[in-house]
Amino acid sequence: MEKIPIIKMGDFLLVSIQVDMHDRLAMALQDDLTIRVAKERSKGVLIDISSLDVVDSFIGRMLDNIAAMTRALGTETVVVGMQPAVAITIVELGLSLENIYTALNVDKGMALLEARMKASVDENDE
Amino acid sequence: MMNNIVRREVIPLLSDEDIVRARKIVRDWTISLKFSLVDQTKLVTAVSELARNTVEHGGGGSALLEMLDDSIRRGIRLTFEDQGPGIANIDQAMTDGYSSRGSLGLGLGGTKRLVNEFDLSSEPGKGTRVTIARWK
Repeated sequence: MEKIPIIKMGDFLLVSIQVDMHDRLAMALQDDLTIRVAKERSKGVLIDISSLDVVDSFIGRMLDNIAAMTRALGTETVVVGMQPAVAITIVELGLSLENIYTALNVDKGMALLEARMKASVDENDE
Repeated sequence: MMNNIVRREVIPLLSDEDIVRARKIVRDWTISLKFSLVDQTKLVTAVSELARNTVEHGGGGSALLEMLDDSIRRGIRLTFEDQGPGIANIDQAMTDGYSSRGSLGLGLGGTKRLVNEFDLSSEPGKGTRVTIARWK
């Protein structure tokens, strides 16, 4: 079965969704990513959706679930690169992405994760 | 006003892959009608939602695509049909956040906002038909 590749980049995992995912593929990504986060003890997850030209309720929920699951493991997820037309559409659709952080691009997403990592280290030091 | 049907295609909706295929075909149609990127995205997203309902909730069915020309404007109409369990309470199904499948689905209200025309008819035990249209 085809799979979405998950790339390890230092303390982070990077996923770039390049294909129009069918629902089973999206579910597989959700499971694979959560397992990899635990296995690699990742400190953050970046999901690049700049190639996705549609985010419907199923994909939106998958992204939200990934964020909730990785958070349960102590790791934050940032979704980056959402196309403006997709942003407009999901708001009208009424999709609420409650768990995910978003950033404009991979660089900004990485900076956000690093800032959050630092904040959590500072909290632990106190 | 009369709608001329300039093009017609039937897409079977039986599996996950059929939902992807429906998205792709509708995307191609919106591009051929020179829909704006936002309008393309809205229609394709609406199609994805309804196609999934047909596959998951309706137990499979089909979508009829029609390209319309009413001599002033062009548009795309889609009719999703299944012979599934139907919808007992249509008002409830249209409410945002409602889904008969628990956490799955958003309700049809959001999908309705993405299109210009939306018509739902359903009979419990017989099936569901949803017709949407979006004009250029």
